[in-house]
Amino acid sequence: MRNRIAFALIAVLLLAAPLVFSPFRLDLLAKYLCYAIVALGIALAWGRGGMLTLGQGVFFGLGGYAMGMHLKLVEAGPGQLPDFMSWSGVERLPLLWKPFADPVFALVMVVVLPVTVALLLGLLVFRQRVRGAYFAVLSQALAAAFVILLVGQQGLTGGTNGLTNFQLFFGLDLYDDADRRILYFAIVVVLGLSYLVVRQLARSRYGQLLVAIRDGEDRVRFLGYDPALVKTFAFAFSAGLAGIAGALFVPVVGLLTPANLGVVASLELLIGVAIGGRYSLAGAVGGALLFHYAKTIFSEQWPDSWLYVQGALFVAVMLWAPRGLAGLAGQLRDLVAARRRPAAPAPTVLEEARA
Amino acid sequence: MAATKWTKTLSILFLSTTLAVAGCADDPAASGSSSGDTIKVGILHSLSGTMAISEVTVRDSELLAIEEVNAAGGVLGKKLEPVVEDGASDWPTFAEKAQKLINEDKVATTFGGWTSASRKAMLPVFERNKALLWYPVQYEGLESSPYIFYTGATTNQQIVPALDYLKQQGKKSVFLVGSDYVFPRTANKIIKAYAAANGMTVAGEEYTPLGTTEYSTIVNKLGQAKPDVVFNTLNGDSNVAFFKQLRSAGLTDKTMPTVSVSVAEEEVGGIGPANIAGHLVAWNYYQTTEGATNTEFVKKYKAKYGAAKVTSDPMEAGYNAVKLWAAAATKAGSTDVEAVKKAAGGISLDLPEGKVTIDGETQHVYKTARIGLIQPDGQIKEVWNSGAPVKPDPYLKGYPWAAGLAS
Repeated sequence: MRNRIAFALIAVLLLAAPLVFSPFRLDLLAKYLCYAIVALGIALAWGRGGMLTLGQGVFFGLGGYAMGMHLKLVEAGPGQLPDFMSWSGVERLPLLWKPFADPVFALVMVVVLPVTVALLLGLLVFRQRVRGAYFAVLSQALAAAFVILLVGQQGLTGGTNGLTNFQLFFGLDLYDDADRRILYFAIVVVLGLSYLVVRQLARSRYGQLLVAIRDGEDRVRFLGYDPALVKTFAFAFSAGLAGIAGALFVPVVGLLTPANLGVVASLELLIGVAIGGRYSLAGAVGGALLFHYAKTIFSEQWPDSWLYVQGALFVAVMLWAPRGLAGLAGQLRDLVAARRRPAAPAPTVLEEARA
Repeated sequence: MAATKWTKTLSILFLSTTLAVAGCADDPAASGSSSGDTIKVGILHSLSGTMAISEVTVRDSELLAIEEVNAAGGVLGKKLEPVVEDGASDWPTFAEKAQKLINEDKVATTFGGWTSASRKAMLPVFERNKALLWYPVQYEGLESSPYIFYTGATTNQQIVPALDYLKQQGKKSVFLVGSDYVFPRTANKIIKAYAAANGMTVAGEEYTPLGTTEYSTIVNKLGQAKPDVVFNTLNGDSNVAFFKQLRSAGLTDKTMPTVSVSVAEEEVGGIGPANIAGHLVAWNYYQTTEGATNTEFVKKYKAKYGAAKVTSDPMEAGYNAVKLWAAAATKAGSTDVEAVKKAAGGISLDLPEGKVTIDGETQHVYKTARIGLIQPDGQIKEVWNSGAPVKPDPYLKGYPWAAGLAS
């Protein structure tokens, strides 16, 4: 009951935000909410499944580029080339771009592309029982490689500039504040639905199995389950969420560049979740909002030194609240319990990575 | 299960504080920033990340210009108040901060950007809000936004004169080396069109990702192709590696001369004058450019930021931008964007690089093209100039060989 009230309260707060915020701040909030959708996926894959994904930006980017390509073609008009192609000396629309003119195809690809990549990668990697730090490094390498690929193919992807300058989003005029508010509401709804689905998934038998694999993969294997399949599903699910978030990010921010999905961007997605608390879905969402909000405010307040402030905040959280802000309460409870009798501490990131 | 409830309550708590704090942060802006006696202007450069080393110097020269404008009584009787933001070498951040400067700080104009990518990211923001951006760096042309003033060179004021100079020197074959992004690729497209029309051959064309420091392959290819000259559009750190490896392969300024369009005084210091002395560069301003205005500018800059500092073309263009905007706003009698745009055309000032006039039609400026030779002391000596300021032609309409480039 209390959970429902909390959920309703947050929903009301988010839906009432346009009354309080200026259009600019609302846009920023919409952007943070996109990151929060990714955070839900990370909370599932990392918090529940123990898969430290340092390359979530790849899936965010695949969804985003699928959407961006469609919007770019709409903007160019039928038979015309997107602006960056003419600068890059491309004379005919590349084959890869053609189907994205169709809105339905683009929308489907927003989910299908990241999920397919995650499924392939997951099956290959988890079957080989690659886990812990090895998986983390592999996913990060994927992000780095993806960026190099995008930058190198300037005629196809817009290179370092990325895809910029969108005005229309499925009938919404992105230059209009009222239409942008509709986009914001759409994002709130997607976040709410994603939260409910992930929570349901986490509470189901499947969710328990995932946690069991995180805590003792071999034991679950001996019970007759296939951990590779279970983990791949969670990984692909988180990739799908990241893809959707990326697709919503494009109209909100108005551009998508390789910088949005590289190693640093992927780490930032993860740090938000770590700060909020990866074991709690609400914590992950809150952490993503808080982290990106802090980034904005710090850089506005101290344009010369904001990175240090942000770094200090992260170090402080990792030192004194390794389970994130949402884990503080549990940490306090453990502390009280430890006074009475020594208890086993929760696993740290490092221990998990070794597992 | 009690634990999960606890964590939920807690997350709600800080979520709502986040929202509350966000609300508070809005208040000062809402209470109106156009306070009586100052005019806010935005300065948006990368103060962190890879581009910081270059862009910080432009911020510094813009702040110097603002200081000078204020010392001379300000604009329309009001002092200028710079609002500095960090673009963080991250293009979406440039877009976000531009929006912040326009909507929250309500700045009269913004000076900012360096890379083409940052400009492309900011362009829709300024156009959507009908706000003004002054962009201070030489770029690849083929753009003319009604809400951007370009105080750096477009291609016909830097690259084309450099090619004319090479042709005049009897160079027949040119090898293109560049970083892999939009400026080098577009520049090379223009160079290839020029070469085809002027009886020059392109001996090769190589791109490397930004930040590459391994050039032995390319240096090898240069040694085999033996071009008359290398046209270098590498950016940033890559230049250090490229010139060092070129030198260690025994290719000197005599056997393998290069002309660079992104290496200025600041970068020469980083590359090491010994590695690059004798090579050519193309710009519109050098620290050594003659004239009382420049002597004054260099003196003031060193007085404010240190005697060891050098001045360079993009810094000077940023400085010019502030001065030109102030003159346009004074002429318009208002800081209103449309009024300033209308007043800006034809404004002519005596600036460090010489006489600079705004071309109202393209919102670029007339600039004198200058070819310079790098000296062993790290300074650049002018060896050729276009004589008079060149009219900006971002789409190269006045060049028959360039037809079809700007499609």
